[in-house]
Amino acid sequence: MIFLTVGNELPFPRLVQAVDSWCEKNGNCSVFGQIGPVGPNGYRPRHFEWEEFISPQQYHEMCDEADLIIAHAGMGSIITALELSTPVLILARLAVFQEHRNDHQVATARRFSARKGVLVAEDEHAVAGMIDSWNASRDVVETETVEPYAEERLIRVIRDFILNS
Amino acid sequence: MKKIQQIRVLAIASSGGHWVELRRLQPAWEGCLVTYVTTSAARENELQEEAQQAGREAPPFYAVVEASRWEKIKLIRQVLQVLLILIRVRPHVIISTGAACGFFALRLGKLLGARTIWLDSIANAEELSLSGEKVAGCADLWLTQWEHLVKKDNRNGKLRYEGTVV
Repeated sequence: MIFLTVGNELPFPRLVQAVDSWCEKNGNCSVFGQIGPVGPNGYRPRHFEWEEFISPQQYHEMCDEADLIIAHAGMGSIITALELSTPVLILARLAVFQEHRNDHQVATARRFSARKGVLVAEDEHAVAGMIDSWNASRDVVETETVEPYAEERLIRVIRDFILNS
Repeated sequence: MKKIQQIRVLAIASSGGHWVELRRLQPAWEGCLVTYVTTSAARENELQEEAQQAGREAPPFYAVVEASRWEKIKLIRQVLQVLLILIRVRPHVIISTGAACGFFALRLGKLLGARTIWLDSIANAEELSLSGEKVAGCADLWLTQWEHLVKKDNRNGKLRYEGTVV
Protein backbone atom coordinates (compact mmCIF):
# COMPACT_ATOMS: atom_id res chain seq x y z
CA MET A 1 0.00 0.00 0.00
CA ILE A 2 1.15 3.52 -0.76
CA PHE A 3 0.27 6.25 1.74
CA LEU A 4 0.26 9.82 0.48
CA THR A 5 0.32 12.55 3.15
CA VAL A 6 0.73 16.31 2.82
CA GLY A 7 0.08 17.58 6.36
CA ASN A 8 -2.98 19.37 7.70
CA GLU A 9 -2.09 22.96 7.11
CA LEU A 10 -2.19 23.52 3.38
CA PRO A 11 -3.18 21.64 0.22
CA PHE A 12 -0.50 20.36 -2.15
CA PRO A 13 -2.22 19.71 -5.49
CA ARG A 14 1.05 19.44 -7.41
CA LEU A 15 1.94 16.26 -5.54
CA VAL A 16 -1.60 14.94 -5.23
CA GLN A 17 -2.16 15.29 -8.95
CA ALA A 18 1.12 13.56 -9.77
CA VAL A 19 0.08 10.56 -7.67
CA ASP A 20 -3.41 10.62 -9.17
CA SER A 21 -2.10 10.43 -12.71
CA TRP A 22 0.28 7.63 -11.73
CA CYS A 23 -2.76 5.74 -10.41
CA GLU A 24 -4.74 6.48 -13.55
CA LYS A 25 -1.99 5.05 -15.70
CA ASN A 26 -1.44 2.00 -13.54
CA GLY A 27 -5.07 1.22 -12.70
CA ASN A 28 -6.08 -0.86 -9.72
CA CYS A 29 -3.49 0.70 -7.44
CA SER A 30 -3.52 0.56 -3.70
CA VAL A 31 -3.10 4.16 -2.59
CA PHE A 32 -4.63 6.10 0.28
CA GLY A 33 -4.16 9.86 0.45
CA GLN A 34 -4.41 12.45 3.22
CA ILE A 35 -4.52 15.55 1.09
CA GLY A 36 -5.20 18.50 3.43
CA PRO A 37 -7.84 21.21 3.00
CA VAL A 38 -9.04 20.98 -0.61
CA GLY A 39 -11.36 24.01 -0.70
CA PRO A 40 -14.22 24.48 -3.16
CA ASN A 41 -12.06 24.63 -6.28
CA GLY A 42 -9.20 22.43 -5.18
CA TYR A 43 -7.95 19.29 -6.88
CA ARG A 44 -9.89 16.14 -5.96
CA PRO A 45 -8.18 12.88 -6.85
CA ARG A 46 -10.28 10.46 -8.90
CA HIS A 47 -8.13 7.38 -8.90
CA PHE A 48 -7.46 6.69 -5.24
CA GLU A 49 -9.22 6.90 -1.92
CA TRP A 50 -8.56 10.03 0.10
CA GLU A 51 -9.49 12.17 3.08
CA GLU A 52 -8.61 15.77 3.78
CA PHE A 53 -7.65 15.05 7.40
CA ILE A 54 -7.13 11.91 9.42
CA SER A 55 -6.53 11.37 13.13
CA PRO A 56 -3.00 10.82 14.48
CA GLN A 57 -4.02 7.21 15.20
CA GLN A 58 -5.13 6.64 11.63
CA TYR A 59 -1.98 8.38 10.47
CA HIS A 60 0.18 5.98 12.44
CA GLU A 61 -1.80 2.97 11.21
CA MET A 62 -1.39 4.12 7.62
CA CYS A 63 2.34 4.69 8.03
CA ASP A 64 2.67 1.28 9.70
CA GLU A 65 0.85 -0.44 6.87
CA ALA A 66 2.47 1.46 4.01
CA ASP A 67 5.18 -0.03 1.83
CA LEU A 68 5.92 3.45 0.54
CA ILE A 69 5.07 6.84 2.01
CA ILE A 70 4.75 9.76 -0.40
CA ALA A 71 4.86 13.12 1.36
CA HIS A 72 5.65 16.80 1.30
CA ALA A 73 9.08 17.52 2.80
CA GLY A 74 7.65 18.01 6.29
CA MET A 75 9.60 16.85 9.32
CA GLY A 76 6.69 14.86 10.76
CA SER A 77 6.42 12.66 7.67
CA ILE A 78 10.15 12.23 7.23
CA ILE A 79 10.90 11.36 10.86
CA THR A 80 7.93 8.98 11.05
CA ALA A 81 9.10 7.17 7.90
CA LEU A 82 12.66 6.91 9.23
CA GLU A 83 11.41 5.62 12.59
CA LEU A 84 9.44 2.89 10.81
CA SER A 85 12.17 2.17 8.23
CA THR A 86 9.62 2.76 5.49
CA PRO A 87 10.86 4.28 2.24
CA VAL A 88 9.58 7.81 1.75
CA LEU A 89 9.31 9.77 -1.49
CA ILE A 90 9.25 13.51 -0.86
CA LEU A 91 8.50 16.60 -2.89
CA ALA A 92 9.26 20.01 -1.38
CA ARG A 93 6.54 22.64 -1.22
CA LEU A 94 7.44 25.84 -3.03
CA ALA A 95 6.42 29.38 -2.12
CA VAL A 96 6.15 30.37 -5.78
CA PHE A 97 3.05 28.11 -6.09
CA GLN A 98 1.69 29.32 -2.71
CA GLU A 99 2.34 25.86 -1.30
CA HIS A 100 4.06 27.32 1.76
CA ARG A 101 5.19 30.71 3.08
CA ASN A 102 8.80 30.06 2.07
CA ASP A 103 11.05 27.41 0.50
CA HIS A 104 12.36 25.83 3.71
CA GLN A 105 11.19 22.41 2.55
CA VAL A 106 13.76 22.49 -0.25
CA ALA A 107 16.53 22.62 2.34
CA THR A 108 14.86 19.91 4.40
CA ALA A 109 14.61 17.66 1.34
CA ARG A 110 18.22 18.32 0.47
CA ARG A 111 19.39 17.54 3.97
CA PHE A 112 17.56 14.24 4.15
CA SER A 113 18.28 13.11 0.59
CA ALA A 114 21.51 11.50 1.80
CA ARG A 115 19.59 9.11 4.05
CA LYS A 116 18.87 5.64 2.78
CA GLY A 117 15.20 5.21 1.99
CA VAL A 118 14.56 8.93 1.51
CA LEU A 119 13.83 9.57 -2.16
CA VAL A 120 13.66 13.22 -3.17
CA ALA A 121 11.67 14.19 -6.28
CA GLU A 122 13.12 17.19 -8.10
CA ASP A 123 9.67 18.20 -9.29
CA GLU A 124 6.19 16.79 -9.80
CA HIS A 125 7.13 15.30 -13.17
CA ALA A 126 9.68 13.06 -11.52
CA VAL A 127 7.18 11.52 -9.10
CA ALA A 128 5.60 8.86 -11.35
CA GLY A 129 8.94 7.55 -12.57
CA MET A 130 10.21 7.36 -9.02
CA ILE A 131 7.19 5.39 -7.84
CA ASP A 132 7.78 3.01 -10.77
CA SER A 133 11.42 2.48 -9.95
CA TRP A 134 10.62 1.98 -6.28
CA ASN A 135 7.98 -0.55 -7.32
CA ALA A 136 10.43 -2.40 -9.54
CA SER A 137 13.05 -2.70 -6.83
CA ARG A 138 10.92 -2.60 -3.69
CA ASP A 139 12.37 -5.78 -2.25
CA VAL A 140 15.87 -4.41 -2.36
CA VAL A 141 15.31 -0.78 -1.36
CA GLU A 142 17.50 -0.17 1.66
CA THR A 143 16.19 1.99 4.44
CA GLU A 144 17.90 3.47 7.43
CA THR A 145 16.70 2.77 10.92
CA VAL A 146 16.88 5.67 13.31
CA GLU A 147 16.92 5.60 17.08
CA PRO A 148 13.61 6.56 18.70
CA TYR A 149 15.22 9.55 20.42
CA ALA A 150 17.28 12.62 19.58
CA GLU A 151 21.08 12.70 19.55
CA GLU A 152 22.59 11.99 22.95
CA ARG A 153 24.42 15.29 23.08
CA LEU A 154 21.22 17.27 22.59
CA ILE A 155 19.36 15.25 25.22
CA ARG A 156 22.23 15.72 27.68
CA VAL A 157 22.39 19.49 27.22
CA ILE A 158 18.64 19.84 27.72
CA ARG A 159 18.60 17.44 30.67
CA ASP A 160 21.44 19.29 32.40
CA PHE A 161 19.56 22.53 31.94
CA ILE A 162 16.37 21.04 33.39
CA LEU A 163 18.12 19.43 36.37
CA ASN A 164 19.89 22.68 37.20
CA SER A 165 16.68 24.71 37.17
CA MET B 1 18.54 22.13 44.22
CA LYS B 2 15.23 20.36 43.69
CA LYS B 3 14.91 16.61 43.46
CA ILE B 4 14.28 15.36 39.92
CA GLN B 5 10.79 14.17 40.72
CA GLN B 6 9.88 17.63 42.00
CA ILE B 7 10.82 19.45 38.81
CA ARG B 8 7.73 20.40 36.83
CA VAL B 9 8.38 20.46 33.09
CA LEU B 10 5.92 21.74 30.50
CA ALA B 11 6.61 20.28 27.04
CA ILE B 12 4.61 22.13 24.40
CA ALA B 13 4.47 22.07 20.59
CA SER B 14 1.88 22.29 17.88
CA SER B 15 0.68 18.97 16.52
CA GLY B 16 2.46 17.60 13.45
CA GLY B 17 6.20 17.83 12.84
CA HIS B 18 6.87 20.05 15.87
CA TRP B 19 5.27 17.49 18.15
CA VAL B 20 7.20 14.61 16.56
CA GLU B 21 10.44 16.51 17.21
CA LEU B 22 9.47 17.36 20.80
CA ARG B 23 8.65 13.75 21.60
CA ARG B 24 12.10 12.64 20.51
CA LEU B 25 13.58 14.72 23.36
CA GLN B 26 11.66 12.81 26.00
CA PRO B 27 14.67 11.22 27.80
CA ALA B 28 15.75 14.77 28.70
CA TRP B 29 12.92 15.03 31.26
CA GLU B 30 12.78 11.40 32.30
CA GLY B 31 11.94 11.28 36.01
CA CYS B 32 10.56 14.84 36.13
CA LEU B 33 6.89 15.76 36.44
CA VAL B 34 6.10 16.44 32.80
CA THR B 35 2.91 17.91 31.37
CA TYR B 36 2.37 17.81 27.61
CA VAL B 37 0.49 20.42 25.59
CA THR B 38 -0.30 20.37 21.89
CA THR B 39 -2.92 21.58 19.41
CA SER B 40 -4.69 18.26 18.80
CA ALA B 41 -6.67 16.46 21.51
CA ALA B 42 -6.16 13.18 19.62
CA ARG B 43 -2.50 13.16 20.62
CA GLU B 44 -3.49 12.12 24.12
CA ASN B 45 -4.04 8.51 22.97
CA GLU B 46 -0.46 8.34 21.84
CA LEU B 47 0.77 9.25 25.33
CA GLN B 48 -1.67 6.86 26.97
CA GLU B 49 -0.63 3.95 24.75
CA GLU B 50 3.00 4.59 25.41
CA ALA B 51 2.46 4.84 29.17
CA GLN B 52 0.48 1.62 29.12
CA GLN B 53 3.27 -0.18 27.30
CA ALA B 54 5.78 1.10 29.82
CA GLY B 55 3.46 0.13 32.67
CA ARG B 56 3.09 3.59 34.12
CA GLU B 57 0.57 6.35 34.42
CA ALA B 58 0.07 8.62 31.42
CA PRO B 59 1.44 12.15 31.96
CA PRO B 60 -1.01 15.05 32.27
CA PHE B 61 -2.04 16.37 28.87
CA TYR B 62 -3.79 19.50 27.61
CA ALA B 63 -4.94 20.44 24.13
CA VAL B 64 -5.16 24.06 23.00
CA VAL B 65 -6.75 25.41 19.84
CA GLU B 66 -4.77 25.18 16.61
CA ALA B 67 -4.01 28.63 15.21
CA SER B 68 -1.93 29.89 12.31
CA ARG B 69 -0.40 33.33 12.34
CA TRP B 70 -3.26 34.73 10.25
CA GLU B 71 -6.03 33.58 12.56
CA LYS B 72 -6.03 36.40 15.10
CA ILE B 73 -9.08 35.33 17.11
CA LYS B 74 -7.86 31.77 17.41
CA LEU B 75 -4.44 33.06 18.42
CA ILE B 76 -6.02 35.06 21.24
CA ARG B 77 -7.91 31.99 22.40
CA GLN B 78 -4.69 30.00 22.24
CA VAL B 79 -2.81 32.57 24.37
CA LEU B 80 -5.53 32.46 27.02
CA GLN B 81 -5.57 28.66 27.07
CA VAL B 82 -1.79 28.54 27.39
CA LEU B 83 -1.93 31.09 30.21
CA LEU B 84 -4.50 29.06 32.16
CA ILE B 85 -2.41 25.91 31.76
CA LEU B 86 0.69 27.74 32.99
CA ILE B 87 -1.17 29.03 36.02
CA ARG B 88 -2.46 25.56 36.78
CA VAL B 89 0.80 23.65 36.18
CA ARG B 90 3.28 26.27 37.43
CA PRO B 91 6.17 24.68 35.52
CA HIS B 92 9.77 25.22 36.59
CA VAL B 93 10.92 24.58 33.03
CA ILE B 94 9.14 25.08 29.71
CA ILE B 95 10.43 23.49 26.54
CA SER B 96 9.12 23.94 22.99
CA THR B 97 10.06 23.06 19.41
CA GLY B 98 7.43 25.46 17.98
CA ALA B 99 5.32 26.98 16.83
CA ALA B 100 2.94 29.77 18.04
CA CYS B 101 1.69 27.93 21.14
CA GLY B 102 5.28 27.28 22.24
CA PHE B 103 6.21 30.89 21.66
CA PHE B 104 3.33 32.04 23.88
CA ALA B 105 4.23 29.51 26.56
CA LEU B 106 7.82 30.77 26.73
CA ARG B 107 6.79 34.43 26.69
CA LEU B 108 4.20 34.06 29.45
CA GLY B 109 6.16 31.41 31.33
CA LYS B 110 9.12 33.70 31.61
CA LEU B 111 6.92 36.32 33.27
CA LEU B 112 5.77 33.68 35.73
CA GLY B 113 9.33 32.80 36.61
CA ALA B 114 9.91 29.61 34.61
CA ARG B 115 13.21 28.73 32.95
CA THR B 116 12.73 28.30 29.24
CA ILE B 117 14.11 26.21 26.37
CA TRP B 118 13.47 26.75 22.69
CA LEU B 119 14.70 24.19 20.17
CA ASP B 120 14.03 25.53 16.70
CA SER B 121 12.64 22.90 14.31
CA ILE B 122 15.08 21.04 12.08
CA ALA B 123 12.86 22.17 9.21
CA ASN B 124 14.35 25.67 9.48
CA ALA B 125 17.67 25.21 7.74
CA GLU B 126 18.21 28.60 6.20
CA GLU B 127 16.89 30.90 8.87
CA LEU B 128 15.22 30.49 12.24
CA SER B 129 11.45 30.11 12.26
CA LEU B 130 9.44 33.25 12.88
CA SER B 131 8.56 32.11 16.42
CA GLY B 132 12.15 30.98 16.96
CA GLU B 133 13.37 34.44 16.05
CA LYS B 134 10.82 36.25 18.21
CA VAL B 135 11.43 34.03 21.21
CA ALA B 136 15.11 35.06 21.48
CA GLY B 137 14.56 37.47 24.36
CA CYS B 138 12.76 35.00 26.58
CA ALA B 139 14.55 31.71 25.89
CA ASP B 140 17.17 30.86 28.54
CA LEU B 141 18.44 28.04 26.36
CA TRP B 142 18.03 28.93 22.71
CA LEU B 143 18.93 26.17 20.27
CA THR B 144 18.96 25.61 16.53
CA GLN B 145 19.53 22.26 14.82
CA TRP B 146 21.71 23.83 12.14
CA GLU B 147 25.27 24.67 13.02
CA HIS B 148 25.72 27.22 10.25
CA LEU B 149 22.89 29.35 11.67
CA VAL B 150 24.91 29.85 14.87
CA LYS B 151 27.74 31.35 12.85
CA LYS B 152 25.34 33.66 11.07
CA ASP B 153 23.85 34.89 14.32
CA ASN B 154 25.33 37.96 15.97
CA ARG B 155 23.59 38.06 19.33
CA ASN B 156 26.67 37.43 21.48
CA GLY B 157 26.68 33.71 20.98
CA LYS B 158 23.29 33.21 22.56
CA LEU B 159 22.03 30.90 19.82
CA ARG B 160 23.55 27.45 20.26
CA TYR B 161 23.85 24.24 18.29
CA GLU B 162 23.98 21.06 20.35
CA GLY B 163 22.87 18.41 17.87
CA THR B 164 19.61 17.39 16.24
CA VAL B 165 16.50 15.35 16.97
CA VAL B 166 17.21 12.88 14.18
